[in-house]
Amino acid sequence: MPIVEEAKIGRIFREESGRSVATLIRIFGDIDLAEDAVQDAFSLALRKWPVEGLPPNPGGWITRTARNRAIDHLRREARGRELLGQVIEGEEEASGEEAGPMQDDRLRLIFTCCHPALSTEVQVALTLRLLGGLATHEVARAFLVAEPTMAKRIVRAKHKIRAAHIPYRVPSEAELPERLRPVLAVLYLTYNAGTSGPSGDGLRQEAIRLALAIASLMPDEAEVAGLLALLLLTESRWAARFAADGSLVLLRDQDRTAWDRTMIEEGHAVVRACLRRNRPGPYQIQAAINAVHADAASIEATDWSQVLALYDQLLAVSPTPVVALNRAIALGEVWGPHAALVLLDDLDLDDYHPFHAARADLLRRLGRPTDAARAYARAADLAPSDAERAFLFGRLDEIGPIGSERSEPS
Amino acid sequence: MPRYLLSVHVVDDDAREPMTAEQMEHSWQEINALEAEMKAAGAWVFSGRLHDADTATVVRVSGGEILTTDGPFVEAREHIGGFYIIEAADLDAALGWASKVTRTISAPIEVWPFADTAGG
Repeated sequence: MPIVEEAKIGRIFREESGRSVATLIRIFGDIDLAEDAVQDAFSLALRKWPVEGLPPNPGGWITRTARNRAIDHLRREARGRELLGQVIEGEEEASGEEAGPMQDDRLRLIFTCCHPALSTEVQVALTLRLLGGLATHEVARAFLVAEPTMAKRIVRAKHKIRAAHIPYRVPSEAELPERLRPVLAVLYLTYNAGTSGPSGDGLRQEAIRLALAIASLMPDEAEVAGLLALLLLTESRWAARFAADGSLVLLRDQDRTAWDRTMIEEGHAVVRACLRRNRPGPYQIQAAINAVHADAASIEATDWSQVLALYDQLLAVSPTPVVALNRAIALGEVWGPHAALVLLDDLDLDDYHPFHAARADLLRRLGRPTDAARAYARAADLAPSDAERAFLFGRLDEIGPIGSERSEPS
Repeated sequence: MPRYLLSVHVVDDDAREPMTAEQMEHSWQEINALEAEMKAAGAWVFSGRLHDADTATVVRVSGGEILTTDGPFVEAREHIGGFYIIEAADLDAALGWASKVTRTISAPIEVWPFADTAGG
């Protein structure tokens, strides 16, 4: 008998629950009912699958089981029986519809989650919870807030969706540009939330899957394609980002043969299509920067002047300190660490650990180990993940005892 | 069909230039045209413009007695200057009407769902 581990079922849950929840919300029009039913279906899966083995289509099994659970639940209440009649009628009407990207329930759901009537933090939280299959405590951790605070936030958001009748559909052509902006921001944040934590793989894949779905729905939206390319090219380096001990490996030290060439090719094709369209935006430019890196056989072979030119363009459309920092790092590769350090000293990013890590690297290259060590220590203090801290302490050790001796917090 | 209150928020601002008779006339025409559009679409339920907030009176119960005082209830610079009650299929449809109203009268509109309509 095949043994199905709990961890594997957990992984299936994170990958499939978004689709199941979205489908049940379409059928029943009730978020809580959909979530509870999908949760029930997974509890059942946890009991059944280890004994009976995986069904041929686990996602379909979950959706069907959850749907039946929801119907059982509705049959038990008077108001539910009334609703049930409407639901069955609606389902019969809908079954004739053609399946396509417009019919992707997850796409409808993301436009509901990212409705401008909800605040950005609520948009991301709802997307992670409903589409990413994260539990409330995991969403809370991704936002660095207490679980009860996050639970309250999600309950209030679901209440507003119901009370104000926030629709569950893909917006009309005329509304799209305005409605798309928060969706792209949320997908980007979802991907980023997936770069740390135990549910990381599922979140990153979900962000890419949704970006793919939206890109096929809106082939004329250049920034959707830009975001998709950015995510693909970033993800292509995932396997090379960590050393055997789990610490972070910088771009310059990564084993480029471990990069996913298929994903790079896919990303490149999207970037080329964007260039032909010639309507640049922040996501497309960031994708182009990543495409230049993906092209280079080594860090030395990287076309840094091209990277710098793209950062100039990016800084013009989104003039933020973080973009200025990344531009300064690229400039350091073209004009040397001193020129970059001068630019860094003008930036107000004292609480941002990559700022201190970048400064430390420049100081090290300028032969100032004591200052470099102090900057590495500050970066390690601020770093959010173990992988990053491990990397920064590694760097600190390399500088040697002179540096670390004087790196005590002052 | 869900109902929404679209409240028009006005700021007490003595410094603002009063409208000329011509501007006033033009503004009224636009507002009337929008209201006619709402009625034709079956969205309009009720609407009204209010006098200035200092014409309001507040009534409350205090120690079992009715207490009547000069209003408004909320001492703020912003008050409700008028409102629409509309029926709309969902929030997006309501926001669509609110966008037309705010363009016409150049004041922020608060869109608020009623709690007691069917499906609410």
